[in-house]
Amino acid sequence: MNDYASSETLRWIPLVPLIAGLGQALMLFVFRRSISSALVTATSCGAALLSFVLTCVAFWELVGSASGAPAIIDRVNTWVGVGLGGTSFTADLAFVLDALSAVACLVVTTVMLAGNVYAAGYMSGDPHDDGGHQRFFCYLNLFLFSMLVLVLADNLLLFFVGWEGAAVCSYLMIGFWFGDPANAEAANRAFVIDRIGDFGLLVGLMLLFWSLAAVGEASVAFRDIEAHLDRIAQASVPTPSWLGGGIWPLTGVIGACFFLAACARCAQGPMVAWLPEAMVAPTPASSLIHATLGVTAGVYLLCRLSFLYASTPEIGALIAWTGGATALLAALVAGVQTDIKKLLAYVTASQVGTMFVAVGCGAYAAAIFYLTTHAFFAALLFMGAGAVVLAMDYEQDIRKMGGLRSKLIRVHLVVAVAVATAAGFPFLSGFLSRNEILLSTLHAEALPGYAVLYAGGLVTAGLLAFALSRLLLMIFYGQGRHPARIRSGMQDPGNWIILPLYVLATLAIFGGLLGLPQFWGDMLPGGVDDSNSLGNFVGRAVAGGAPSQFETSTEGWSVAALLACSLSGFLVALQLYVRRPELPPRLLQRFGGIHELLGASFHIGRAYDPLVRLVLGFSDRVLFRFVERRVIDGWIVSLPAKGVLGFVAHALKYGQSGMAQTYLFTMLAGTFVLLGYLLF
Amino acid sequence: MIPVEHVIALSAALFTIGAITALMRRHLIAILMAIQLMLGAVCLAFVGFNRMWAASVESGALLDGQIFALMVIAAAAAQVAVALGIGTEFVRKRGSANVDDAASMRW
Repeated sequence: MNDYASSETLRWIPLVPLIAGLGQALMLFVFRRSISSALVTATSCGAALLSFVLTCVAFWELVGSASGAPAIIDRVNTWVGVGLGGTSFTADLAFVLDALSAVACLVVTTVMLAGNVYAAGYMSGDPHDDGGHQRFFCYLNLFLFSMLVLVLADNLLLFFVGWEGAAVCSYLMIGFWFGDPANAEAANRAFVIDRIGDFGLLVGLMLLFWSLAAVGEASVAFRDIEAHLDRIAQASVPTPSWLGGGIWPLTGVIGACFFLAACARCAQGPMVAWLPEAMVAPTPASSLIHATLGVTAGVYLLCRLSFLYASTPEIGALIAWTGGATALLAALVAGVQTDIKKLLAYVTASQVGTMFVAVGCGAYAAAIFYLTTHAFFAALLFMGAGAVVLAMDYEQDIRKMGGLRSKLIRVHLVVAVAVATAAGFPFLSGFLSRNEILLSTLHAEALPGYAVLYAGGLVTAGLLAFALSRLLLMIFYGQGRHPARIRSGMQDPGNWIILPLYVLATLAIFGGLLGLPQFWGDMLPGGVDDSNSLGNFVGRAVAGGAPSQFETSTEGWSVAALLACSLSGFLVALQLYVRRPELPPRLLQRFGGIHELLGASFHIGRAYDPLVRLVLGFSDRVLFRFVERRVIDGWIVSLPAKGVLGFVAHALKYGQSGMAQTYLFTMLAGTFVLLGYLLF
Repeated sequence: MIPVEHVIALSAALFTIGAITALMRRHLIAILMAIQLMLGAVCLAFVGFNRMWAASVESGALLDGQIFALMVIAAAAAQVAVALGIGTEFVRKRGSANVDDAASMRW
């Protein structure tokens, strides 16, 4: 920590959106005054812009620092400080900008800036009349604040604050149009499922603290954990008999706990259920909170603790396999979805699964590269889909669209770019980053079953290409299946919506150059050294360092395999939905059962019903009806109040006779009593 | 001359009569007169004590009690002005001077 450069400006990066969000919240909820929507938009976009500018400045400071400091730290104040001397523990309100958080911060602020402008355009025509414009941007700003705190946090406690803030904002956004009880229900479910991850996060945090305190280094700051990890690496945890009764290594247990947290947040494994349900949120919220930034908080956590996972390869295997399985199954399910946003939700879950595979194989820099490119094209996908939905008068079923290419020219352009990038069109950012991950999988010999994982990755790429191509073709090509009145009124959306999409499309196309693997860098005219600037930069802050170079022949074969899979996916979609559109109904008749199973994503969501019922039932029956109504309102508030009222008031009221002579008598009597006391 | 005890006894008697009258009469003017009687009894006590203490001062010139009695009279005059104003309004509103009727601030 001694070689970190210190700064006073980092704290403003999360503080600016906090001020904007709190200001809007105060005006709305405390003072009950609505600000004009122009002012709301200006404040919100201004805050996002300012955060972005400050991040760039801080990034420039970090990169260009003469002392070569690995990070910049802004220690605002001591936040939690307990104990004395040897057993003291402090957690500071401090923000750290090292290579990993710098990249994540830039991604967050860039996408949020584009998202803010997009949301300004999208929400302006909102037909719901619950006056939600100000509320929406308030939530959006608070979400940006939470994400920035999460990304810049110096210790696990501050990270947790940001994590929870993001969860709360996510919940608020899902239930944004709360007039429809189904939305509130979905928000509740998403929140409950996310709490499962919080359990893991807290248990991991406590285990870390407990074990570090036992060796005398009580701290939860990331750099302290990294520095002292070797001292707790030998410890083990005896498990109770109902868990098997064996002895598990401590670092493994901690790693598993944080993996649970990341899984729940990123909708991996069985917890994928909350992401499609969360799609009832307004599209700008879905694109920012659920698709790009909120879910990548989990990946960020895993990469932040990369030193932990580097020492526990068995947990790495768990992460890789969960991610790989989710990626494959989610891509499969995405191929049969008919609702645009649910389809994209499953695509997102699949992409994050790929990131998990990278983390599990130890290629943290590759995971961050994929996170960056994914943020751009996933945001683009969602926002483009939102533009289509807007043009279709809030219709989200792709079976009712078709042939929109001629009407929505600009939207078609950006969605085509997004789909191409995500599906792995050669040399766009999606292709380059996915290839990196596949190569790491192929070379992770220590991982059990890595070859199967690699094959699964190829199949996933093909399935995703199919799903995304299907989306593109069903919306923009083929016969129009929508009512005539919608078609006649359809037009390209306005500038507020399209311009951020152009920016994101540019980033999606050229973003791959940030982390161009050396393989391609050598092929460029002139040969570029260290072309993988992103990988080399991030490698400073994560275990495993910069991404390793692979032999040219392996790279070549891998590229060819990936291209083949993506292309085949695209061709199948082309065949089914454009060339011979009579095929899908026939296939549906023959494989109806499988189709229905996939469409409902194996009914995973049903598995959470008992848990949600339990949590909400407990909340209602115990916390609300008993504690709130009986205990607090009844015993603590009403009983003393009625008691005081009953005794004092009803007893003393008899003194108020209303007649002046009574009062005069009381005065004289009192005076004489006093005189008697004083004289005798 | 007149022993001071007699003066004080008279003052006490007058004050007691005034107090009891103020508490027991129902007519507004009677109560006001009783209050004036109490004030007068207090004045008498002041003057009586002044006479007593003046005897122990060398030059025999002590006027404190008598000056204060003057101030009591001034205060009484002001009080009567206000009281009669309130009383006039009181009687005009109700048509009678019975103070037992003015119990609306009762519980």
